[in-house]
Amino acid sequence: MMNGLRNFIDKIKPTFSEGGKLPWLSSTFEAFETFAFTPNTVTRQGSHIRDAVDMKRSMILVVIALLPALLFGMWNIGYQTALNDMSWNIDSSVWYMLWSCFWFGFLRMLPLIVVSYVVGLGIEFMFAQIRHHEVNEGFLVTGLIIPMIVPVTTPLWQLALAVAFAVVIGKEVFGGTGMNFLNPALVARAFLFFSYPTHMSGDKVWIAADLWGSDAITGATPLGEMMAGGVRPSASLLDMFIGTIPGSTCETSAIAILLGAALLLLTGIASWRVMLSVVLGGGVMGLLFNAIGANAYMQLPFYYHFLMGGFLFGAVFMATDPVTSAQTNAGKWIYGFLIGAFAVVLRVLNPAYPEGMMLAILLMNCFAPLIDHCVVSRNIKRRQSRIKIEK
Amino acid sequence: MSKNKKLFTTPLLKNNPITVQVLGICSCLAVTAQLKPAVVMALSVTVVVALSNFIISLMRNTIPPRIRIIVQLVVVSALVILVNQVLMAYVYDVSKQLSVYVGLIITNCIVMGRLEAFAMSHKPWESFLDGVGNGLGYGIILVILGFFRELFGSGTIWGYPVMEKLGMYKIGYENNGLVIMAPMALILVGVIIWIQRSKDKELCEK
Repeated sequence: MMNGLRNFIDKIKPTFSEGGKLPWLSSTFEAFETFAFTPNTVTRQGSHIRDAVDMKRSMILVVIALLPALLFGMWNIGYQTALNDMSWNIDSSVWYMLWSCFWFGFLRMLPLIVVSYVVGLGIEFMFAQIRHHEVNEGFLVTGLIIPMIVPVTTPLWQLALAVAFAVVIGKEVFGGTGMNFLNPALVARAFLFFSYPTHMSGDKVWIAADLWGSDAITGATPLGEMMAGGVRPSASLLDMFIGTIPGSTCETSAIAILLGAALLLLTGIASWRVMLSVVLGGGVMGLLFNAIGANAYMQLPFYYHFLMGGFLFGAVFMATDPVTSAQTNAGKWIYGFLIGAFAVVLRVLNPAYPEGMMLAILLMNCFAPLIDHCVVSRNIKRRQSRIKIEK
Repeated sequence: MSKNKKLFTTPLLKNNPITVQVLGICSCLAVTAQLKPAVVMALSVTVVVALSNFIISLMRNTIPPRIRIIVQLVVVSALVILVNQVLMAYVYDVSKQLSVYVGLIITNCIVMGRLEAFAMSHKPWESFLDGVGNGLGYGIILVILGFFRELFGSGTIWGYPVMEKLGMYKIGYENNGLVIMAPMALILVGVIIWIQRSKDKELCEK
């Protein structure tokens, strides 16, 4: 079957090459060819070989790492609706519930994913054609992450607008994948958050009321409850760990995200330094607030912060983005630590935004090049001082 | 004549104070959330730049070089106060909306920039035309920004509820909150610069 595909691609290749019938579609053709097969071109100049895996292969691994969170998120969408909707027969068999919840969530989630991919890839292909370069594969991951970090009731046209904004303003204006300094998925979320705040926060957006339509059932997230002056989130720690709580579609379940994290760390795609330091930063900041203890939110035990909102999802899948995070090892520690710390600061101290993870990562994305610069120039200085001594 | 015409037209596009010289960004972010204040601001700046260029050019041979900045400032401040009084007398509501930004025309880089770069070394009539051109060049961008930000941010144009009359809200459309905020104005200026440079390759840096 693979041989057949290879033969087919080789057969139609001349049509898209220089002198063929459709040369202007060459980037589109190239994108699909390298999606199916590892390209047989190799780097000829210099020695920049870092890994045997090319970018498409590593992006696929990230998508696989996202799957546990995605599948759990789909089930949880249905489960949250079932909990609040008496017409669902909760007493029916476990397997029936499992399946029908998942099916409901799958049908809710599918349009979001399709819109995200169609709009984003459409723009990417357009830019690739105009600029005559290859289609970058970064959007494979971005396009999946965007629907995973928005409320399930997000109107599709708003999502489409946000994706278009993120791809054009967050990425393509800087030269495409690898040149952007902000995480495109978070740019899309920030766009939605500031453009249509009523659809992105509050307690009326997290639980879908029915299969079609944008009606929602009222249900606060743990972060929303804390923001409203709660002493502890009403969900138990176990529920928050498993993820059976309202929230953005696929970032509620700590256990599913940790599964993905394990795969990313085993394959060496994401940096363990960033992940660990984000958690450390959040923990230290949480402990510091515990020590101050001026109000109920400050007294919240620090480990709650890991389980609420998008902290873990951000730490595992977004802070570790190899393009927008710090590149030096020391820089990664500083970068990650500050993300965790700022996320908790924003949550506890800022009365306007219930979730700080998005803004913390975007802020540190801006500072990542500066951190790297300082680390590198410090290293240069240290080595220069050795030269002076030898004189 | 053609030289004078050029003085007037180059600042409109080819040497636009905002998109090419990148001056006057602060006020262009601050006053363009709606079209009406944007237009009033554009006219005010045009009047101030044109008249101050003209007056300074008249005096250019008598100003001692060492104190030229303070002389320029006195002229500009006098004109800005005049403009502010006129606005308060005839369009009080807009004047309220613009608040400090009318007074801040004094610090607008375009005004001082044209005085230093042009009026100090050119004849009055030429300087006047240059001032009008630069003021209108600034104004064009303000009007474009004001139009799009008011349309997508508030759903109105010059206070007229366009989106509502078109029935957009009934089919689920909503106003975009980000467009009202200053960051989006900066992004829009960036988009205008992008479009302009992709049309005019001469403007691109090597």
